[in-house]
Amino acid sequence: MKVNGIEYPSPGASRRLLSDHLRHDLGLTGTHVGCEHGVCGCCTVLLDGAPVRSCLMLAVQAEGHDVMTIEGLAGDGQALHPVQQAFHECHGLQCGFCTPGFVMSVVGLLAQHPNPNVQEIDEGIAGNLCRCTGYASIRRAVKRAAELSPSPLRAEGRGEGGT
Amino acid sequence: MKPAPFEYHAPAGVDDVCSLLGSLEDAKILAGGQSLIPLLNFRLARPQHLVDINRIANLDRIYERDGGVAVQALARQAAVEDSELVARICPLLSAALGFVAHRVIRNRGTVCGSLAHADAASELPAVLLALGGNVVVRSSRGERTIPAGELFAGVFETTLAPDEVMVEAWFPALGEPFAILEESRRHGDFALAGVVRAGSRLALFGVAPTPVLADPSDPASGLQPSGDLEATPEFRIHLVRVLTERAFAA
Ligand SMILES: Cc1cc2nc3c(=O)[nH]c(=O)nc-3n(C[C@H](O)[C@H](O)[C@H](O)COP(=O)(O)OP(=O)(O)OC[C@H]3O[C@@H](n4cnc5c(N)ncnc54)[C@H](O)[C@@H]3O)c2cc1C
Ligand code: FES
Ligand code: FES
Repeated sequence: MKVNGIEYPSPGASRRLLSDHLRHDLGLTGTHVGCEHGVCGCCTVLLDGAPVRSCLMLAVQAEGHDVMTIEGLAGDGQALHPVQQAFHECHGLQCGFCTPGFVMSVVGLLAQHPNPNVQEIDEGIAGNLCRCTGYASIRRAVKRAAELSPSPLRAEGRGEGGT
Repeated sequence: MKPAPFEYHAPAGVDDVCSLLGSLEDAKILAGGQSLIPLLNFRLARPQHLVDINRIANLDRIYERDGGVAVQALARQAAVEDSELVARICPLLSAALGFVAHRVIRNRGTVCGSLAHADAASELPAVLLALGGNVVVRSSRGERTIPAGELFAGVFETTLAPDEVMVEAWFPALGEPFAILEESRRHGDFALAGVVRAGSRLALFGVAPTPVLADPSDPASGLQPSGDLEATPEFRIHLVRVLTERAFAA
C-alpha cells in the first residue's frame, strides 16, 4: 500500500481498519477518528484520488492502492495546499478536530465541481460534522479554495454557479 | 481492533465467490462496506468469514440491456450517479442517487449492496420496486432472476439464499414523468419518509418494513409506519400524503 507516495508493508491483521492502521501502525495521526461508523467524516482520506471514509475500509483493502492523508497534501515544500490555505485564510477551523476530514472532502468536492455553487458546496460538506465553527466560515473557505486552486483544476470548470 | 475476528477472503472471480459461499459457514459478502463495516465496528455483526468482492475484475460495468440499464455488483453509487447512460435511459436512478448518503460514501458504496442490505428507509430498493426492475443472483447451484416485487422480505431481509451473490441489478428504461421526494433531518440522512414516482406507479420508503407499492390516489391506505424519536407514525403518514401529492403534481 502506498501512503502519501511511500510504499508501506502489509498491515498485519485483516480486521485492522484503515483509519487505525494509518494512526497506530504508520503514526500518521493527522487522520482523525470520531464516530467510526461513517457519520462524522473526520477520518476522510483520498483513495486513488477520491475521498473515502478510512473507518469504513479494512487496511488490507487498500493494498495495491494509493492512499493520501492530510500529511501528504502540501507536498515537500512549505506552501500549504490551496484548500488548507483557504481554511487558514477564512478561519475555517477552531479546535481543528474535524479539519483534516473537511479538507480531504473539499479536495474531492473541487475535483468534481471546480467552481461549486452554493448548493454544491452545502451538499459537498454535508457529510462532515463540525462542532465549533457553525459552518459559515467553512463554506467561505470552500469558495476561497476554488479561487486559489491552480488553473488546470479550474480550466475544466463549468463557469457557472458564481465564485 | 473494532471488528470481532473473522477470516478474510478476497476471491478473484464470481465463481470463487460462489464456491466460498457454498462451503463456508456464516460468511458475509463485503462490497462497498458502507453498511457492513459500521455493523462490524459496533460488533452488531460478527460473521466468521468475510468474502471481499472488491478484487474481482470486470464486475463494475454499467451497460444497456433488454430495454434498460444493468448495474453490476461493483459499480459504485458515484459512478452510476455520473453515468451518462443511466442519465439517458433511467434518469430516475440518477436522481435517486443524489439522496443516498453523501458523495464520499457513494464513492465506495454500491447499488447492489444497497439493494442487498434492504434498509427500509433507503432509496434504491424503492426505485427498483417502482420501476419493476429485477436483480440477477448466482450461486454454485446456478443463476436466477428475482423481480423487485419478490426481493424484499422484511427489515434488512431479502429473498437471496445465504450462498447467493447478487451479480447485477436491472432497471427498466423510463423517461418522464418521474420523481423522487423525501424528507430527512439533514441532507444525506436516511429518510423519515419518501416517495418514488415512476410514470403512474408509486413506491414508498421509510414507512414499512420493506418498500411498498401504493395507490397514488390514496397512498396512506393500510399503512402502519412505526414511530421513533425523529417522527411519529402520524407525521410519517402526513409526509407520505404531501410528498405523493407533490410527486404527481407535475
Ligand atoms: C453515513 C452514512 C449515511 C448513509 N445514508 C444512506 C441513505 O441516505 N440512503 C441509503 O440508501 N443508504 C445510505 N447509506 C448506506 C450506503 O448507501 C451503503 O453503501 C449501502 O447501503 C450498502 O452498499 P455497500 O456496497 O456499501 O454494501 P456493504 O456494506 O458492503 O454490504 C451491505 C450488505 O449487503 C450485502 N451485500 C453487498 N453486496 C452484495 C452482493 N453483491 N450480493 C449479495 N449480498 C451483498 C453484504 O453482505 C451486507 O450484508 C449510508 C451509509 C453511511 C455510512
Ligand atoms: S470516524 Fe470515520 S466517519 Fe466518523
Ligand atoms: S473546528 Fe472544532 S469540530 Fe470543527
